[in-house]
Amino acid sequence: MQRWLFFFCKMGKKSPVLCIGEEQPKNCFTELQVLKGHFDIVRFLVQIDDFRCASAGDDGLVLVWNVETGERLQELRGHSQQITAITTITCKNEVTLNTSLITASSDRSLSLWDPDTGNRVQTISDLHSSVKCLLVLERLCVWLSGGEELCVWNRDFQLQCQRPNHSDTGITALIELPKNYIAAAMDKKIMIYSLTVSADSSLSVAEIRCLSDHQDQIRALINVNDGLFASGSHMGELILWNATEWNLLAYEHILWEESQDYNQTEIRMGAPKPSEMSIQHLTTNGNLILAAVGSGLYVYSVQTRSVVAYRKVAHDSNVLHTMLLSDCELMSCSEDGSVRMWEIQDLPLPAEPASSGFFGMWSFGRSNKQSGPPSKKVIDIPNIRMLELTGDLIGHSGAVQMFVSFTEKGLVTCSADHLLILWKNGERQSRLRSLALFQKLEERGGL
Amino acid sequence: MIGSPDVVAFAKEDEYGQTSPDPWPLPEEFSVPLYPLADSNPWAKTSYAKFTKDFILISEFSEQVGPQPLLTIPDDPKVCGTFDLNYFSLRIMSVDYQASFVGHPPGTGYPRLSFVEDSRVVLGDSKEGAFAYVHHLTLYDLEARGFVRPFCMAYVAADEKKIMLQFQELSLRFSQASECLKAGNRRAFAKELQRKLRDLEYTHSVLQREEGLQREAGPQSMYSAHAVEKANELANVEKSIFEHRDLLKQISSYHRRPRRDPHAVTCQKCVDECLSECEELLNKYAKIAYPCGYSEKAGKGEDGQGHPRGQGEDDDDDEEEGVKRKLSYTPQLIKAKSAKCFDKRLKTLQELCDKTFYEATVALLKETERSFRGDLCYLYTRRLDKALQRKQRVTAFLFEEDLSDDDEDELGTLRPFCAVNHAVDNYVLLNPPPIVLTPEPHELDALERPEHLDPASETSVTQESELGLGESHLESSPSDQTLETQESSEETKGSFSSDKSGVGLAEMQQGLVSMKSEAPDPDSDLTPDPNHNLERESSSEEMETTAGEDEGETGGHQTPVSLLEVVSELEANREEECEGVSGSELLAPIDTACCMAQEGFLYEASAPEAVPRLCQNSHLQPSQTLVVNQEPQALLPLQDDYTVGSPCSESPVTGLELPSGLLGDAVSRTSAEDGSDCTMSASTGSDQTASPLGYGAVVTLRQRKKAGQGALRFVRQYPFAIQALWCLLSGRTLVVLGADEGRVRRLVAALALFVPAPGKCGERVQAWLSCPFTLTDLQRWKLIGLQRVASPLGSSMLYSLSRYSRYISILDADQTTLRCPPYRGQLLTNIADHRTYIRRGSTYFLHLQSTLCHLAAKAFLFTFTHHLHLPVSATEGPEVVESRRRCFLQEQLGLGEEDSQILLYLSQLITQQYLQPNGSSAAAPSFSFNYTTSILYKI
Repeated sequence: MQRWLFFFCKMGKKSPVLCIGEEQPKNCFTELQVLKGHFDIVRFLVQIDDFRCASAGDDGLVLVWNVETGERLQELRGHSQQITAITTITCKNEVTLNTSLITASSDRSLSLWDPDTGNRVQTISDLHSSVKCLLVLERLCVWLSGGEELCVWNRDFQLQCQRPNHSDTGITALIELPKNYIAAAMDKKIMIYSLTVSADSSLSVAEIRCLSDHQDQIRALINVNDGLFASGSHMGELILWNATEWNLLAYEHILWEESQDYNQTEIRMGAPKPSEMSIQHLTTNGNLILAAVGSGLYVYSVQTRSVVAYRKVAHDSNVLHTMLLSDCELMSCSEDGSVRMWEIQDLPLPAEPASSGFFGMWSFGRSNKQSGPPSKKVIDIPNIRMLELTGDLIGHSGAVQMFVSFTEKGLVTCSADHLLILWKNGERQSRLRSLALFQKLEERGGL
Repeated sequence: MIGSPDVVAFAKEDEYGQTSPDPWPLPEEFSVPLYPLADSNPWAKTSYAKFTKDFILISEFSEQVGPQPLLTIPDDPKVCGTFDLNYFSLRIMSVDYQASFVGHPPGTGYPRLSFVEDSRVVLGDSKEGAFAYVHHLTLYDLEARGFVRPFCMAYVAADEKKIMLQFQELSLRFSQASECLKAGNRRAFAKELQRKLRDLEYTHSVLQREEGLQREAGPQSMYSAHAVEKANELANVEKSIFEHRDLLKQISSYHRRPRRDPHAVTCQKCVDECLSECEELLNKYAKIAYPCGYSEKAGKGEDGQGHPRGQGEDDDDDEEEGVKRKLSYTPQLIKAKSAKCFDKRLKTLQELCDKTFYEATVALLKETERSFRGDLCYLYTRRLDKALQRKQRVTAFLFEEDLSDDDEDELGTLRPFCAVNHAVDNYVLLNPPPIVLTPEPHELDALERPEHLDPASETSVTQESELGLGESHLESSPSDQTLETQESSEETKGSFSSDKSGVGLAEMQQGLVSMKSEAPDPDSDLTPDPNHNLERESSSEEMETTAGEDEGETGGHQTPVSLLEVVSELEANREEECEGVSGSELLAPIDTACCMAQEGFLYEASAPEAVPRLCQNSHLQPSQTLVVNQEPQALLPLQDDYTVGSPCSESPVTGLELPSGLLGDAVSRTSAEDGSDCTMSASTGSDQTASPLGYGAVVTLRQRKKAGQGALRFVRQYPFAIQALWCLLSGRTLVVLGADEGRVRRLVAALALFVPAPGKCGERVQAWLSCPFTLTDLQRWKLIGLQRVASPLGSSMLYSLSRYSRYISILDADQTTLRCPPYRGQLLTNIADHRTYIRRGSTYFLHLQSTLCHLAAKAFLFTFTHHLHLPVSATEGPEVVESRRRCFLQEQLGLGEEDSQILLYLSQLITQQYLQPNGSSAAAPSFSFNYTTSILYKI
């Protein structure tokens, strides 16, 4: 009840700008299952295989779920404090592909779990610091943990090498780059490490370069495609990097400035707060980069190096996680407790300037970034399109932290209200149930 | 189409002038004769009786004072009124029907316990207006004459027919009670024997010691008179020990005897326990005071050698035993002469049986009394109702009240009643005979055994045949010859019809013949020759059906003996239907039995001409057979569709209504209990668990009928009632919002009738909730009463309402508005007409029940029709199936978009129930919804 109150007050401050209503013909999620089991905020979801997923959260529990039935398959207990990172690691075991889970927790331990049996296969405790991110390098059969130090481990949880770093915040994100390089986000910098395998198959890590073009703390770091990676910062900078040369390819500062005629009231509110521009999450499908900026969404095309579509107020509150389903469909979840589905549509009439946003757009010129006010209007950009809300999923009573899509099998969302919700296509489910019914009927030989 | 079955059928009719076979023959069990009591006014009957309602009387034939009533159930002096229990006890106990043979049969030295089976008779006193089913039984008492105490339990009713027609059921129930009493009695008897043996043994040892002392004191080989007396006494005691030991042996062998009484179902565990107990005792007493040992010792004593040692041993033994016994019991000396017969105090019934067993028996009898409340018509319709429901397990959970365990007990399974609760794990499947309203030719009995049976039902068939045998053995206790003669010679007032005694005479002769031909062995009846058996069967048949014989001209109407047969009949019927009708295009795709036929299935558009024929049939049938048909609705959905509101489906409804008015006083007590929900409105329980409406407990029919009144008021009062009902029926959670708890609770209670699959205890309904609800609540409850509060809490509640508005409909009780998606269908106009002419809540409830039944039937059909859900061939995509489904719903069932949603929801529920019958699965329940806009309705 307290939560509701709080939630309501928080919501009450800002009237919902966007409302699709109850008629949502394009929304196929017409059935849901509430999965209970966690006792605290559920922060992470990870897909194990095509029908299982694992959820982890602040209660230190890792639960394995069957997405098809909604059953809880395993309960992985062992961590005494909140889970800070979770990832899967696949071992090619003679014939079978064996997927295990690696979890990191605030209790400064790392664990390897077998999701089939629920056993804790390996565990390392008493680390110097808690691990904030994990990266598995399937190619080298090693995995890395990032925190205040960068450690490289092999499959058997043996430390191969480690490298302390001197930043206060530690490594918040890790990605793999071509040629055994690794990019790590540390506060405002991106550090490039090289991983070298020496003759006696021992590994060593070396710092190669430090990229310090961001003005603020880096919030997101992703691989776009083989040649590109992208990073986003707290103040709305989106930088596209060359993955091999590590140089800056494009710099985009998302300021969310609306034109005067578009929304008079909003402009008077003054300069946008940095939290409204913060890039919370980045996702990509190789062609498009979807950035969750404050409570808005921003779609950026890699080819044209330009914005494709955007919506400043996509949610009532900060967007926490996004996903590109296809080139024109995307999904986002937010602190306001809803998941929204969007479609990138062409403007109904090309002549009509339906959206006219102010952007600070620079290419390769961050030196003059400070100099002028956002002056360049991007109204004339011919290929800007509309981000249309096609449906929303309302169920959680707390912030939706993350979601994982199992395509047609459904969508799993996890939330601060300790629940997971499994959203399914009602028609498909009903068809499956009918199938099961007639199977049972046949087995029994009649009613 | 020349070869299609319906054409052939028509041709046949023309050719032979036969009426076409009824395509939907009604299972015999469900038919009610139109006027079962054609010649008599049923209301005029009961006035003679001096008691207000039926009761159970337990009487005893005391050897001291003669017949005396012991207790009545219910134990309320008002029940019997001015009815003379003493006199009636005298009547029912005047004849010792069991005629137990007591004493020393030739060839045995010891008194024998008589093992007599219970006897069951129907007695009547037409002057008193009392008729009784009388169950005689014998209990053992060590102090009683011949060790037996005759008792009887009688079900006394004013309606003779009720007793006659319920004979089987009564017999079953009372047999259970009797078995329970007897089991307790045997235990108590064995204990008493044990005590007696101990006493005897003690006396024996004391006497022995005395004798020894005397012998030591006196000169050798000299017997004083005193010594002789002592020796005699000793011999007496020894004899007594032998006798009692033999009795113990007999009582423990009780269970090994084959029981002729088919109703005597005993709890196997109890039997085993009792047996082992007895055996233990036997062993113990075989060891102690072993006669040989004693004689050896005596011999030694005579020799004068080693005597002190022997004596000492005896003492030691005694001491040891004494130490053991001290805690529980101190042995007493038994005097040589027992007290005079009339001096002693006879044990009461409670003392005769173990306390637990006695209490269990009383509880059982109370339950029996309760279950036989109401008149025959009421009992009959209720049973039909339940029989129907049991056949509709697949859909019954939707709207029917749940068959609770005791109902199940009453119906399908009869568990051996066990006072110590072993009953849970040993069930015996028995088919209790149905109530017979019409006479049946008894040849039927042997006929129509279903040929194809799965092994599971095979056993029940054998049991059933045992039961049939039992019928024939009812009177075939060794003493029934005497019984018959007594009965026929004695001018008993109206016990049976006059031809009964004739049969009795004939039977007596028959019996005499058999007596002559066979040795007079009391067990000869265990292997009766077929003739004998047949004769007896016919006689028992006669006895059962004389009541209905006078007016029973309902032509070839046969009532199946067991439910099993009905089931098989039903199946056969369905197969027939399948064969006979599959040619007609309309019925083929929707026939239930055809659902499974996947390949070779042709789906065509409906041929409307098949419909009127069908309709005609169902209308014609009653007039032809003079039988009111209550249709097994889930099985015949289409027929239902076309006979809505027709007299033949209405009549059982009106018939059902009758008992509720008639039996006002019989059920008044329960109604007083149920009627409490009005007063509960004053309670201010804000806790959601406090639900005084009784939805935590099993919702009774009574409550539901009462809710019918509320529902009727709702429908008449609110023009948007139809939308609200649609929401409930299509699975959209309805939130009743209001500040006044009583008002909200009443609304919820009324609307709860419309919640499909409300659960046994109404789990899907939350009558009063005063905190904001969450998604899981929506998933759990389909109908929620929500408190409207004006506070920050209220605003958060409103927020949760608006947040989840897509999943719910909101009925605002204070502002009388309803926010829900629009409903434009026609399906519910029938039950939600605010200009309805129905004035009474119970009538509306029944009307509602029938409509909901139709819905359930349609949903059943829809769910189990294969091609509506799955592709018929591999090339078909889901779109084809989808369009076929839509076509079925729209064109064949005539349902619009919104009406289809009801059906889809019900179908989903049925599917879930079928896949997980007890609703227990590890997975979380799923919650479906759809995205539609809501409209605000106002008055």
